[in-house]
Amino acid sequence: MPDPSYPEDLLYHPEHDWARLDPGNSEEATFGITWFAQDSLGEVVFFDPPKVGSTVTKDAAYTEIESVKAVSDVISPLSGEIVAVNDALADSPETINEDPYGEGWLVKVRLSDPGEQEALLDAAAYEATLS
Amino acid sequence: MLRTIGVASIEELFADIPSHLRLGGPLALDAGRSELEVYEELRALARRNTSTEDELCFLGAGMYDHYVPALIDSIISRSEFLTPYTPYQPEVSQGGLQAMFEYQTAICELTGLPVSNASVYEGPSAVAAAGYVAKLANGRGRFVVSRGVHPHSREALATLAHGWGVEVVEAPLQDGVTELPELGEDVSAVIVQQPNFLGAVEDLEALAGAAHDVGALCVAACDPLPLSLLRAPGACGVDVAVGEGQTLGNRLDFGGPSFGFFAATEALIRRVPGRIAGETVDLEGRRGFVLTLQTREQHIRREKATSNICTAQALNALAGVIYLSWLGRHGIVELTELMLQRTAYARERLAALPGVHALHDQPVVREFAVALDAPVADVIERCAAAGINPGYALGRDYPEYENGLLVAITEKRTRADIDRLADALGEAVTAQRSRDAHHVGAAG
Amino acid sequence: MTASAADDQLTIYERSKPGRRAFVAPALDVPEHPLDQLIPARLRRAETPHLPEVSEPEIVRHYNRLSKRNFDLDTGFYPLGSCTMKHNPKLHERVAALDGHARLHPLQDPRRAQGALELMFNLQTALAEIAGLPHVSLQPSAGSHGELAGVLLTRAFHEDHGESRTKVLTPDTAHGTNPATVTMAGYEVVKVGTDAEGNVDLDDLRAKATDDVACLMLTNPSTLGLFEHGIEEIAEIVHDVGATLYYDGANLNAIMGICRPGDMGFDIVHFNLHKSFTQPHGGGGPGAGPIAVAERIEPYLPRPQVIRRSPDSAHAGGAGTAFFDLDYDRPKSIGRLRGFQGNYGVFVRSYAYIRSLGAAGLRDVSEVAVLNANYLLAKLRAEGVMEHLPVAYDRICMHEFVLSGAPMKRDLKIRTLDLAKRLLDHGVHPPTVYFPLLVDEALLIEPTETETKETLDRFAQIIVEILREAADDPEVAQTAPHTTPVRRLDEAGAARRPVVRQAL
Repeated sequence: MPDPSYPEDLLYHPEHDWARLDPGNSEEATFGITWFAQDSLGEVVFFDPPKVGSTVTKDAAYTEIESVKAVSDVISPLSGEIVAVNDALADSPETINEDPYGEGWLVKVRLSDPGEQEALLDAAAYEATLS
Repeated sequence: MLRTIGVASIEELFADIPSHLRLGGPLALDAGRSELEVYEELRALARRNTSTEDELCFLGAGMYDHYVPALIDSIISRSEFLTPYTPYQPEVSQGGLQAMFEYQTAICELTGLPVSNASVYEGPSAVAAAGYVAKLANGRGRFVVSRGVHPHSREALATLAHGWGVEVVEAPLQDGVTELPELGEDVSAVIVQQPNFLGAVEDLEALAGAAHDVGALCVAACDPLPLSLLRAPGACGVDVAVGEGQTLGNRLDFGGPSFGFFAATEALIRRVPGRIAGETVDLEGRRGFVLTLQTREQHIRREKATSNICTAQALNALAGVIYLSWLGRHGIVELTELMLQRTAYARERLAALPGVHALHDQPVVREFAVALDAPVADVIERCAAAGINPGYALGRDYPEYENGLLVAITEKRTRADIDRLADALGEAVTAQRSRDAHHVGAAG
Repeated sequence: MTASAADDQLTIYERSKPGRRAFVAPALDVPEHPLDQLIPARLRRAETPHLPEVSEPEIVRHYNRLSKRNFDLDTGFYPLGSCTMKHNPKLHERVAALDGHARLHPLQDPRRAQGALELMFNLQTALAEIAGLPHVSLQPSAGSHGELAGVLLTRAFHEDHGESRTKVLTPDTAHGTNPATVTMAGYEVVKVGTDAEGNVDLDDLRAKATDDVACLMLTNPSTLGLFEHGIEEIAEIVHDVGATLYYDGANLNAIMGICRPGDMGFDIVHFNLHKSFTQPHGGGGPGAGPIAVAERIEPYLPRPQVIRRSPDSAHAGGAGTAFFDLDYDRPKSIGRLRGFQGNYGVFVRSYAYIRSLGAAGLRDVSEVAVLNANYLLAKLRAEGVMEHLPVAYDRICMHEFVLSGAPMKRDLKIRTLDLAKRLLDHGVHPPTVYFPLLVDEALLIEPTETETKETLDRFAQIIVEILREAADDPEVAQTAPHTTPVRRLDEAGAARRPVVRQAL
């Protein structure tokens, strides 16, 4: 994705991660990294997803993304249990660059404390942190 | 130049250094000398060393007196291989990178494992590096290391493992080969050597199987030439195969530089330390090679790196792949079979001498151990007087083999040489025994 | 992935033909036992390994042709910052090849290796003098290996004093081996910031220098090519909390004979013999990374140590002359880092270098290294290059300096990477790029002392040309290099689907 983009319907963590709450199920969310994160990393070459069933904690690193030039921790925006991982990224990790908010999603999580959302930023507030 | 910089003297360029830290006078070193004088000094120092040209050498124990073919010197002395840096700009380093790729392929063939790096420093530190990889891979806290692993490797592993909080436990030798204790699920890796330090061929499949039964990795430190005959470590289930590469086209150089090789299973590819050359294409679709998986390495991953290795042993690994190409697919087998037959002959001849016994009767390839009924140091001295270095005294590293001797055979040691060794050793042991008996008699 | 490989680019495997060979085995001169008798079939491989099958002329031609696709220091300017690409004197290969050095077995009896042990002892003495620290171990195989030794020595020192500390401090400008080493040694990395002048931020250091800190690892001059103004205060802060001060010797080329790390307060120093002491880089090694340490660290040095025994000691056997030996009797030693004694072949070359230059020569090396770097910086400035490639820290530099390609990226639309690739078309090796991390679009330039003024002037001209060209047509640099054996390579593809051996 060549141009910066920060969809309005997402919530953002200052460490460059997003959360999309499932509209039909307020206890589930999808996580990924923002345009800024994939741009800073450069071409993603490897993503080894965490195990389904493992726990994630808000503000803590839950996995890594590897590009040609760097390895970066991925910070969890919210806490919960991983219920699904994006296995398609094993064959095409570059999807994270091309479509960070769509096909480049990383994990789906059952939230343990939906109230944590209060601490996240909306698109405008997150973008403001980038300048 | 000073004018362009805008200073009056070179002195001013060092203004940042506090004056009291500046050296008041010259370093306490001799004045510099001409090339001729330096050459003479280095030659004089060389003359005070007894090299393998000066005596008949049966020393092994990790490094071996092989014939290094002339084409290796002529190729690796080329400026284009000798003087460049690590290939960070791959477009102007295709020579070095392709050579690394060819080397990696050869190591994969010998070890039977799908992934090899472009070299590490040498054998013993490669064993330590393999331990680190195992620890990172499964997070467990114990290594089981065979007493048959080279003493230097065991020591290097212990030195590093101390910092990781990993406990190192030794598996003893029984009849010359490894006897594993019962393994628990706290074992991170089982580490063995093939052939082991006493020259014996180990049953790698059984050892790897025992490791896997408790979910541990199996690391094998291997002598590369015997791998042309022995069942490949990968085929035996070994997860990481490392080893000392000196024997492949590199000089003895009093212990270095040489290179270490490091090969592993596909599952461990992202944990393998050191440089790895990978195949790719350029803008115009041409095949080319680059350093790849660089995020494993220190210069990108930094504290998450799988090792800290930066400079490795590229030139020595190049010598290694040239040597393997020179030996060739069939030549390496012929060379190893030659050593195998001569080693069998040597062991037979020595074990037949009075006062000399084979330490074990396991299959051996190019090295074997004997026990002497006489103080080994004295025997070695007597042999030295006859211009022969009969082998490595085992006592310091293996007190249980107080008068043990490790004897190495290479293609340079002919039957006539072995006969000379047998005669000299036989005489030395006999003379030493009678001298000791005489003294005992005299005292009694 | 598809690729078209010209004959020039075939691998040695692709040139192989069944039955071709170079090696001829000597005839079997001992009784032949059946293979099964010597090694049971179940322990033997079923198939011979797929090694190449080529003749000697083919091998020679193959590797000679490969060599021609390498840029090298003997051919052109190589201003790789932090690598010290100085000329490799050719005498060194000659002396290293002498049989007495090259064909000496590492386990030879010390009495029959006195030349080698004396050489090592003398090298240790010289390095100790250069570092200003009394004790040296030659064992580590490379700079990063020496760093590891330094951190392990620090650990041993603290443990011997009944302490177990958990952290090691490194500046955020540190070379990547520093934090990687710290982790390998079982410590936690804590980063210390850099101030606006490019020095270690003393306030940050004071805040982080707690008594849980084992060591501070520092390079001086720093990786920015700048001498640490506050080095003595740094040493005081670190020693006050009982930590050791470690010197990464990668930048030693700037200070030899001028000042010494030991005098600055460092406890442990490592040398890169393949940098300041001109062991040829070999395309990525071999090198060596000896360490020099203060008196209080000596007991923990690796085993064995090369020592000199007095003529009347028992070991010397009453020979009447000094006897050089390998000392294994070191109860507090950290142990071994590798086999045998270290990269002796490298010691021979470095020793020859030090003997050739002598005290005055080594000082000349550093003076001219610093002169050349400052001159090149001034020349680039005079040519107006700073508009697009400003120097990161406007101070007198030492043996290297850092430029930032950020303005160039913004105004001319070419990045440091593109500039580097375009330099290849001009027959020059690019400087180090994207290091140190602290500088955006960094370009770290180290000319070394063995380059002439003309070479430096020419390099400045090339930079000017590339910038001018980019202003006109950035695409040329963006798609560079154009004249090298291969064009720009797909590194992401190589990392995504790694192919690390030939399928045979």
